[in-house]
Amino acid sequence: MLSYLPIQLIPILPIKMNYRQAKTGKLLIDILPNKCDFCGCCVGVCPEDAIELKEAEIYIIDPRCTNCAKCIWSCPIEVIKFNKEGVLEK
Amino acid sequence: MKEEYDIIVVGAGPAGSIAARYAAQNGAFVLVLEKDRDVGYPVRCGEAISREGLEAFIKPDKRWINAEITKFGFVAPNGKKVVINLGKVEGYMLERRIFDYELAKTASVAGAEILTRAYVNDLIKENGKVAGVKFEFRGEQKQIKCKIVIGADGVESRVGRWAGLETHIDFRDMESCFQVTASNVKCDQDALFFYFGKEVAPEGYFWVFPKGKGTANIGLGVSGGVGKKRSALSYLNNNLENFFPTANILTQVAGGVPSVVALEKMAAPGIMLVGDAARQVNPLSGGGISSGMIGASIAGRLAAQSIKNNDLNYINNYHKEWKKLRGKKHDFLDKIKDGLFNFTDEQFNNLIESMLKLPEKKRTVGRFFMIALKNKPSLLKEIAKVFVV
Repeated sequence: MLSYLPIQLIPILPIKMNYRQAKTGKLLIDILPNKCDFCGCCVGVCPEDAIELKEAEIYIIDPRCTNCAKCIWSCPIEVIKFNKEGVLEK
Repeated sequence: MKEEYDIIVVGAGPAGSIAARYAAQNGAFVLVLEKDRDVGYPVRCGEAISREGLEAFIKPDKRWINAEITKFGFVAPNGKKVVINLGKVEGYMLERRIFDYELAKTASVAGAEILTRAYVNDLIKENGKVAGVKFEFRGEQKQIKCKIVIGADGVESRVGRWAGLETHIDFRDMESCFQVTASNVKCDQDALFFYFGKEVAPEGYFWVFPKGKGTANIGLGVSGGVGKKRSALSYLNNNLENFFPTANILTQVAGGVPSVVALEKMAAPGIMLVGDAARQVNPLSGGGISSGMIGASIAGRLAAQSIKNNDLNYINNYHKEWKKLRGKKHDFLDKIKDGLFNFTDEQFNNLIESMLKLPEKKRTVGRFFMIALKNKPSLLKEIAKVFVV
């Protein structure tokens, strides 16, 4: 199977892993924006004002996040995830 | 759009529209900024309101009333239910999509301007006082100055935080909700039904509210403490399967209710908070339309008067007036909520059982909670404290 891969792709495979940085180290929380309903529970409970919510756009303001996980607990549809490995940057 | 306004209201929900209307009626130039592209959508709400609460602010209109409520029903974890007949129309089921727009219209008629798709992302501060807002509109960053900002930006409120108010809500007090509107639901079209139980909706309740023609607004809320282990959505899916397996889903949406007493401090120099942003929600029922509108009417009026009198400290009366109209009542309801939160399934079963033993005429909502209190004598002491203060 491997032989079908275009040869140029092979050196790219070990992607450089950069962790996004929270206030308290690695950012471990990720909001899945495609599954989000934009209801605002997480914004209301966030003690650090670290979530930006527009009409249909949501993201964590990384340097403010302390990985406290309160947003995860309050999410009605489980679209905020705790990732022990840290959130990968593309 | 002018260069400067007297009052800028952030958010065009019921509280925002009422604040804008009262401010404009009292002679202020008002601008309302709404982040969504339309007023009244999406609907994150059970849509029930008391008759009194509604009629204080707008004349009921068939176009946005889906059902008239004359009964309350409570369902125990063991399936037994008690129906309380209120004798006359005591509440309404709203069509919020239209209702919110109609309220915004009354604000506009009173003289307020409304701008949709305007996302407020910061405040302008001058000499330690809020003096305007910064916002994104059609991809451009803009700013407008004003004398007073009224934050009506809902459960996700950030405007207050930027002004230094402590508005963040403890996750245990946040009721995470998920709701659907569905058709082909067999339910009384004149009754609000509440289901309790650890399997149904722990630390919250499951609601079935009629919306006319066999449709209903069905949803539930669970506290953040419960959400730690299991989400509101999974509880709701479970309940739908158990109670309404044939329901056809029409819309579905997530939401949050800050089930707690209003903020200690709802105003700071140049800023006031109203509605969910100020946590002006009935902590027991989670109903926030009417108390939000009451808070907003106080805030709108005080803001306009303080500008008229050229005394911006006048807005500090806000808390006192809120306390008088709703605050004390909410303190009381919050205590009852704390008690019901800790009810076991057996206690709920007993509660419904004791209601069923009463003759039909003696079944009132007040009695329901009185019996609930008898089950928890420790709670009576807590409630007595509220009245003493």
